[in-house]
Amino acid sequence: MRTTTSTRRTALASAAMLLAGLTALGAQAQPSSGPIKIGLMLPYSGTYAALGTAIENGFKLYVQEQGGKLGGREIQYFKVDDESEPAKATDNVNKLIKRDNVDVLVGTVHSGVALAMAKAAKDSNTLLVIPNAGADAITGPMCAANIVRSSFSNWQPGYAMGVVAGAKGVKKAMTITWNYAAGAESVKGFAEGLEKSGGKVTKDLNVPFPTVEFQALLTEIAAQKPDAVYAFFAGGGAVKFVKDYAAAGLNKTIPLYGPGFLTDGTLEAQGAAAQNMLTTLHYADNLDTPRNNAFRKAYALAYKSNADVYAVQGYDAAQILGAGLKAVNGDLSKRDQLTTAMRKTTVDSPRGKFTISAAGNPVQDIYLREVKGNYNEFRSVAVKALADPARGCKL
Amino acid sequence: MDLATFLVQCLNAVQYGLLLFLLASGLTLIFGIMGVINLAHGSFYMLGAYLAFALAPLFGDWYVARLLVGVALAALFGYVLEWAFFSFLYERDHLQQVLMTYALILVFEELRSILVGNDVHGVAAPSWLSGSFRLGELMSYPWYRVFASVACVVVALGLYGVVHRTRLGMMIRAGASDRDMVRGLGVDIRLLYRIVFAGGVALAALAGMIAAPLSSVYPGMGSSVLIVCFVVVVIGGIGSITGALVASLLVGVVDTFGKVFFAEWSGAGIYVLMAMVLVWRPEGLMKRGV
Amino acid sequence: MGSEAAGAPRDAAADGSAASPVDATPDTPSLPDIARRETGGWLVPAAAFVLLCALPIVVAPYTLDLVLRIAVYAIFALSLELLVGAVGLVSLGHAAFLGIGAYAAVLGSGDDGAPLIPLLLLSVGAAAAYALAVGALSLRTRGVYFIMVTLAFAQMAFFVVHDTRAGGGSDGIFLNAKPVLRIGATTLLDLGQRLPFFYTVLAALAATYAFLALLLASRFGHALGGIRVNETRMRAAGFSTYLYKLAAFVIAGALAGLAGFLLAVKDAAVNPELLAWNQSGVVLLMIILGGIGSLRGAVIGACAFTLLTELFQSDALLGPLAAHWQLSLGIAIIVFVAVLPKGLIGIGARWRSLVRG
Repeated sequence: MRTTTSTRRTALASAAMLLAGLTALGAQAQPSSGPIKIGLMLPYSGTYAALGTAIENGFKLYVQEQGGKLGGREIQYFKVDDESEPAKATDNVNKLIKRDNVDVLVGTVHSGVALAMAKAAKDSNTLLVIPNAGADAITGPMCAANIVRSSFSNWQPGYAMGVVAGAKGVKKAMTITWNYAAGAESVKGFAEGLEKSGGKVTKDLNVPFPTVEFQALLTEIAAQKPDAVYAFFAGGGAVKFVKDYAAAGLNKTIPLYGPGFLTDGTLEAQGAAAQNMLTTLHYADNLDTPRNNAFRKAYALAYKSNADVYAVQGYDAAQILGAGLKAVNGDLSKRDQLTTAMRKTTVDSPRGKFTISAAGNPVQDIYLREVKGNYNEFRSVAVKALADPARGCKL
Repeated sequence: MDLATFLVQCLNAVQYGLLLFLLASGLTLIFGIMGVINLAHGSFYMLGAYLAFALAPLFGDWYVARLLVGVALAALFGYVLEWAFFSFLYERDHLQQVLMTYALILVFEELRSILVGNDVHGVAAPSWLSGSFRLGELMSYPWYRVFASVACVVVALGLYGVVHRTRLGMMIRAGASDRDMVRGLGVDIRLLYRIVFAGGVALAALAGMIAAPLSSVYPGMGSSVLIVCFVVVVIGGIGSITGALVASLLVGVVDTFGKVFFAEWSGAGIYVLMAMVLVWRPEGLMKRGV
Repeated sequence: MGSEAAGAPRDAAADGSAASPVDATPDTPSLPDIARRETGGWLVPAAAFVLLCALPIVVAPYTLDLVLRIAVYAIFALSLELLVGAVGLVSLGHAAFLGIGAYAAVLGSGDDGAPLIPLLLLSVGAAAAYALAVGALSLRTRGVYFIMVTLAFAQMAFFVVHDTRAGGGSDGIFLNAKPVLRIGATTLLDLGQRLPFFYTVLAALAATYAFLALLLASRFGHALGGIRVNETRMRAAGFSTYLYKLAAFVIAGALAGLAGFLLAVKDAAVNPELLAWNQSGVVLLMIILGGIGSLRGAVIGACAFTLLTELFQSDALLGPLAAHWQLSLGIAIIVFVAVLPKGLIGIGARWRSLVRG
């Protein structure tokens, strides 16, 4: 009986605390003029923290160049660290949408998190600009007028690499990647590009994310003896794979191809193992154009570090948003006009001019690069004005 | 699959299994002797890996020295941890042990995040071990992996020697069979526990140090390996080191060949193995008692 | 209670001959107390229920999401309470059933959504089926083995959804259309609408609570209690304890599947983390936080734990420490388990005993 009374009291006290706490967490509506609320949901911690920072820097650089305003209105930033965790993504994005009531969402790096953001943006009809995550589905089955991407789709660099491999006479290839959406989509793009010239991917190998133990699969590759191997890894995984590939002696007999992520930011660690590797990406650091040179200079001046593809994507995200806001003079209520203008703009990007497909993805040149020393050097244009097929998009 | 490939895959399987054995032997000792279920064992593995990363610039190519220093540091850490935290767990029931060691994992992961950050780090093998040798026509096999396997075998022999040929080992075996009797016979059980715990931590850390160049150093590496460790201990039998060895090799084989033949379903392979063993022998392959 | 020698560390029951199968809480209440606690005192739960029903009028949408999350986790915690509190089986793999229920709901919905009742039955059924398989194998083991084996089987399920194309991979899958209850052309209940969903979850919580209370008060529940206290004695009395434990395991799994179904509909997404052992650890924490051995404790624990994590993550209150909230949480758990092994429910009794000296 004693226990029952104390239970009752505890329960009532908890309920009271709960109620008090909950009613305190509310949000107010915002006026239609005044600053535009932009919610940045990026990785500020974890493996991708540097990418998140680069994207934010690029974005803010463009806004700064426009005098701190887009469409004539000031910008107010809200930030949420998504920790690159898809499991928490829905909760995190709801903090921006429901708690902070942002007008525009910008994010993110990890495809899984971005998918959750896209879903939430679709459900709540919030504007979303994606400055990196390449999940095909976002400009595929999940496409929407209020979602636009300033980066790439996972399919694009893969497809371009497949075309290059086919041109080099590859008939049988194997692919290897982490078992997640980005990897699967990149590999699929490669297979399609290769098939264009009659080649075929004979086997797809998978490694659970984020493990980097490749030994058994490298043995399998050695046993199967394909003409080439296409690998999608990023960051630490990319470093390990390229080194292990060389340690197994495979780089001498079976060329290794991959999208730019295999060798971006990793060359110092990869060293000799990565030399002369060919990769494809929509950007190359040493693109010698006036636009790129000016951008890199401005970025270095503002942030004391070198711009990379992520900074470019953040910069272009702001450009696209800015173009839309200019067309409606900052009036967010003119939503249809705004989103149309965002789609119709030609973006003068440091990577070169590009347009945006109806599904919301950049239509851009993909460059072929070769590793020389610690740089990915531009070699040629692998595919010009490549558009993602946007399968499943009903726009 | 031709013979050459089969043999190489067997080599891969044995190398993985031996490393797993190092980790599992520590866990099974702690389980068997102290009866404490320790979810934080994977964190000691992670500790070893990060130690390898941190000590690398200090030791350069003096690899064996680096291993020894790392093991000593880990043993010391284990000794202190047992005194400060684990000794309070013996009296508690399994649920509380589970929860407190689970909380310990959270604490360790966050401390790691604060101290070392969340990046993935590569650890280079020492230059005298960084080459590969040709395995016939097929491929090259890195020397470091050979070193790892040999190191594990050496440690396994050493462990056998300690457990079966020394006084300490005698007390360990006795403690594994009947804890209360050992206490009744006047052995300082607290000191014994502390030594065994420190030993278990040292073994786990050594496994982590050896594995660091093979699997890189990344957040969460402890958790992923811990559960495989549990499976090994369940299959092998709690408290049995021989059982841990047999089970580790079995798991190595299933895992390696599973990756090749079953691709995406291979992750579940070792659990199917565990289920089969449980149907046949619910207490593991080897009888309890080291 | 006398069978657990105070202070002596439990020998891992590898030979199974120990008097009690698995360590339950040191202080096991007697059967009449459990029955009385569970069926008596309906006032507080009923009052809380009424209060919750009125909530949508008062609070903001973001807060309502929080309440929904607490309610779903309360169902999850209640399901584990049956295993740990009533039967004394410490399962470290309970998240598997939550995850399977959730994944079944999403996979079963396909692209166009599915009718409510069949989808619910699919979720609960899938979870119950897996519980049957896992239980049949795990209950052959005892003590520490049982804990590890349940963990391992949960991990197996985790790998299936994490690694395979069929399972959706590490990013998880989205629910494209929420289930609807329709008869002919009329829509009776659309879970895609906020208010109907809220009341559905509340109803599920109330139903689960009532069901478990009645179950524990029944003969079956008494038998479970007896098994927890002394399984050998129960077996001697003629009960086939393995079947009783298996039944409890399956029921617990099914209820966790229900929680998973609701979670999938709420978030419109599932991902492998739902089956990760972190999740299993979290739900164990919830019930120990609230206090083992009481259904009310499970609900309170779910509530307290969720609020605690929100608290530790809030920048406003904790500043830079908020980013490392797991550290605060870990330390809090250790202190809590060490100081308050009986959970929040035990606070009253402990305070009283402290005061009395």
